[in-house]
Amino acid sequence: MQYLPNIIFALALALGLSFFTMNIRKLLRNIKLGKDVNRTDKKPERLKNMLMIALGQSKMVKRPFSGFLHIIVYLGFIIINIEVVEIIIDGLFGTHRIFQGLLGDGLYGFLIGVFEVLAALVFVAVVLFWLRRNVSNIKRFLSKEMKGWPKNDGNYILYIEMVLMTLFLVMNATDVSFQQAGIGNTISQFIAPLFDGFSPEGLHTIERTCWWIHILGILVFLNYLYYSKHLHILLAFPNTYFANLNPKGQFTNLESVTTEVKLMMDPDADPYATPPEGAEDAVPEKFGASDVADLNWVQLLNAYTCTECGRCTSSCPANLTGKELSPRKIMMDTRDRLEEVGRNIDANKGVFVDDGKQLLNDYISPEELWACTSCNACVEECPVNIDPLSIIMDMRRYLVMEESAAPQELNMMMTNIENNGAPWQYNQQDRLNWAKEE
Amino acid sequence: MNVPTMADMMAQGKQPKVLFWVGAAGSYDDRAKKISRAFVKILHQAKVDFAVLGTEESSTGDAAKRAGNEFLFQMQAMMNIEVLNGYEVKKIVTCDPHSFNTLKNEYPSLGGKYEVFHHTQFIQNLISEGRLTLDDTTLKGKRVTFHDPCYLGRANDVYESPRELIKRLGVNLTEMKRHKSTALCCGAGGAQMFKDAEKGDKEINVLRTEDALETKPNIIATGCPYCNTMMTDGIKFKEKEAEVVVKDIAELIAEANNL
Repeated sequence: MQYLPNIIFALALALGLSFFTMNIRKLLRNIKLGKDVNRTDKKPERLKNMLMIALGQSKMVKRPFSGFLHIIVYLGFIIINIEVVEIIIDGLFGTHRIFQGLLGDGLYGFLIGVFEVLAALVFVAVVLFWLRRNVSNIKRFLSKEMKGWPKNDGNYILYIEMVLMTLFLVMNATDVSFQQAGIGNTISQFIAPLFDGFSPEGLHTIERTCWWIHILGILVFLNYLYYSKHLHILLAFPNTYFANLNPKGQFTNLESVTTEVKLMMDPDADPYATPPEGAEDAVPEKFGASDVADLNWVQLLNAYTCTECGRCTSSCPANLTGKELSPRKIMMDTRDRLEEVGRNIDANKGVFVDDGKQLLNDYISPEELWACTSCNACVEECPVNIDPLSIIMDMRRYLVMEESAAPQELNMMMTNIENNGAPWQYNQQDRLNWAKEE
Repeated sequence: MNVPTMADMMAQGKQPKVLFWVGAAGSYDDRAKKISRAFVKILHQAKVDFAVLGTEESSTGDAAKRAGNEFLFQMQAMMNIEVLNGYEVKKIVTCDPHSFNTLKNEYPSLGGKYEVFHHTQFIQNLISEGRLTLDDTTLKGKRVTFHDPCYLGRANDVYESPRELIKRLGVNLTEMKRHKSTALCCGAGGAQMFKDAEKGDKEINVLRTEDALETKPNIIATGCPYCNTMMTDGIKFKEKEAEVVVKDIAELIAEANNL
């Protein structure tokens, strides 16, 4: 019977990790529903981006207050994981504070002392984050798309973090031998007096309870990630690595269009020529995007990485002037639709069965898309290099090239370009008149 | 005003060093035409060997591309590339950040590879080569704020050359709260210039003009013909025409140098 806790622990760990692995596989499969795009070039530059932006948080701190709080929570998360390693070893082998013996009192005390300070700081930061979200009137947390789940999700994450930090500190405070040793109990020594008068058994029960809820909580939190905006803690790294490195103003030149245009402009091309061999079963290319599978995998990765912080939306000129467009909503819609497609595939034994829905119209309206000025403010703002503009542009392409559904004034502008070589209705022969006036 | 065309030059057996890409706004829009003329005056003063395409120039296709019409864009691009390559153009300068971005970034993969400059970069080079000096007395003491065009700034990371030029005019350069990479769009990009805005509670150019007016400027400097139009409209909307003027940097330089 004495091995029972170890067995239960091993089972819980195995269950938590396998459920997590299952969801990650689902995540990868969904991302791979996107079209291919080559993002394997310029490896050193990509690595640098990842180290600076994801690890170094260089874009987070552009808004110093939330950036600073975020760094505390982030450091806490990364560093306290050493403690989680100890918990896992202890849990599996029935040891207690195994690192204390391995590292020696000095180093162990120093480490735990740092963890305790971090835990307390994280707690304070998380409380401030909660107040920002729920009490202070910060516009980007009050947007339409932040009602319901997105709002609750944000708060659940903060509650879980508060509980985990509290459990860690109480666990240390009620660990009698740890308190007596007086090493590394920088914060917990002030919590310990709250438990004065408890019997040694009582203290031990509290310590064990905290220990168990702490590690089970971590396993639950790990599995919560997939369903939450908190997934960014993992995906920020690949997302910044695979981000676009070209100048922001450079939009892709669709290759399928290039082929067609070259054919159109080639005087020797024979429009009735038999297509080259192997082309018969080629599916005609769809121009632009109306659903998630028309987007590329980086755009889908972007959608899963989005933390819904709303920095993009708060800097979007269209949003600032009351238009429907919110770049954050574009990303959230893309993820929601992708999840829906994924569930459809799961329910239909691995194949997608048409559900009569798509990203365009069912999630994102043309009005939102047409409000974009393509100014790149959203792309610039994103702390993890998400590119909402590329999705907006791909969907505009679909509206124009597949549905001829541009606003009337834009159709006129395009007709003018076609006929007069300028967006206005002027004669091309008058192009140099400006030089003769004064 | 003497503005040589590539066709004229070719007829004389000459190959100009640089092509001035005027752009549709610079050719047809009454306000933007003044920017084209101011820039030509600067080119003349610095004795730059340049030419324009004139009637052979056509829309770069930027507005069509950003409106979603990739077909029209690529047709325009390939026609323009054919003309440019026919004249063996190597260097291009333009006063329009949209043409600048498209020619520089989107033409290469379609076969059009050129060295492309925004006019502020080009003028800055002329100064550093000692071919042009700016008179810093004419506009001395004026309060100037610079509105970053998205397609010059965020799109291509060109923030310094316009500012360097403004400082050389001896004026007092003040920054808006949103500037450089956090600048607010004028509202014209992404083909918005050619349509009414979607329903909202304010026009973008008005919001941007408010940003500018907070700096209490005498002059709002721009480096884009579309930004110029939007900011000018914003100033009219705010009824500040008597106190504030909107000028392209090329115009300010021409004015300072009495061209």
